[in-house]
Amino acid sequence: MKDLNNEHSDQNCNQERRNFLAGSGKAIAGMTLVPGVILMGSAQAKPLDQAVSSDKRWGMLIDTAKCGDGCTSCVDACAEENGLLDDEHESNDQQKAHWIRKVTLKSRSTGKVQSLPLLCQHCESAPCVDVCPTGASFRREDGIVLVDKHICIGCRYCMMACPYKARSFVHEDLFHQKSYAPRGKGTVESCTMCVHRVDSDRTPACVEACSKDNHQAMIFGDLKDPNSELSKALLDYSSRQIREDLNLNTGVRYRNI
Amino acid sequence: MLRFAFNTKNWLLAAMLLITTTAFAGAPYPHISEGKGEECVAPEDVMRKDHMKFILHQRDETMHEGIRTEKYSLKKCINCHVVKDANQQPVTYKDSKHFCVSCHQYASVKIDCFQCHSSVPETDQPAHSSLDNSQATSGLSPH
Repeated sequence: MKDLNNEHSDQNCNQERRNFLAGSGKAIAGMTLVPGVILMGSAQAKPLDQAVSSDKRWGMLIDTAKCGDGCTSCVDACAEENGLLDDEHESNDQQKAHWIRKVTLKSRSTGKVQSLPLLCQHCESAPCVDVCPTGASFRREDGIVLVDKHICIGCRYCMMACPYKARSFVHEDLFHQKSYAPRGKGTVESCTMCVHRVDSDRTPACVEACSKDNHQAMIFGDLKDPNSELSKALLDYSSRQIREDLNLNTGVRYRNI
Repeated sequence: MLRFAFNTKNWLLAAMLLITTTAFAGAPYPHISEGKGEECVAPEDVMRKDHMKFILHQRDETMHEGIRTEKYSLKKCINCHVVKDANQQPVTYKDSKHFCVSCHQYASVKIDCFQCHSSVPETDQPAHSSLDNSQATSGLSPH
């Protein structure tokens, strides 16, 4: 009897536990719904007349384990989006502008080969901004590092200062610029994190292409928003900055390197 | 002597006047395309005098602060004042019929906006040339 009672109480307990779990499950669902709704709300594009603010910091997480060896979707999408394809016929491959490139790493000790996309890391303490003599290299309030080509004199100090070799110099006249991505001879340029897309609440072309090809190796988002997919991923997984020793606090982070 | 000097002066003046009037008469009046809409973002005389101020102001706001209002954006000027050629293709800044170029040529003002900015509307971008292999793999090359 005692055993039965015990069993009964155990059953009760289990039932209570189940109820509690079911209830809390609903509660959790509700909680996730609410931030979901808020997320949808904040997903609306920034009003056109509003300046960007430091409430956001745009960043990326790139999972090198998911990055396809030999895949250049992100590189191709970037070139297509920003009009890098149809000009620079006199420049060789090293001179041509590249805003994002695939880099292959090989471990000296184990021989393990990894492939990853390298782009402007959108550093908080950007060396390119430090060395620019005219103020053309600058960091927007929301963390995107850009070149104001109106005041760039093409001295290329920033190219020398950048530890990631992320910047390019345009050596010749261009004729096929996109209206949203002006670029021209005699100025330095680099990844803009597709600022024209970001300002209308879209993701950069490289991230979109990576998802489209089902690699899902790149996550774009707001580093300052704890509910963003990016922040959650950074909380869940260990990630690294390339050349962490330089203390640049990069906006682009990597996993599995 | 005095009379001779006066005559020479008069003659010089007349010659100069003749040269300048000929020069003005010879300059072709610019082909100014009408915009698509009812009216421009500001009265014509204001735009004629101050358009560069509007564009410059907008330029810095867009570049540095991400303010992308359309009223004074260069993109809007280009979209609205598009000039098409005989094949109904929009003309680029290489063509003297281009809205901006026509007037600046007339006024002898050299602008360098279109060394970087597209001079045709966004939807009418010149077609892409086909990708050849060297271009397609350029992203893979080490820097």
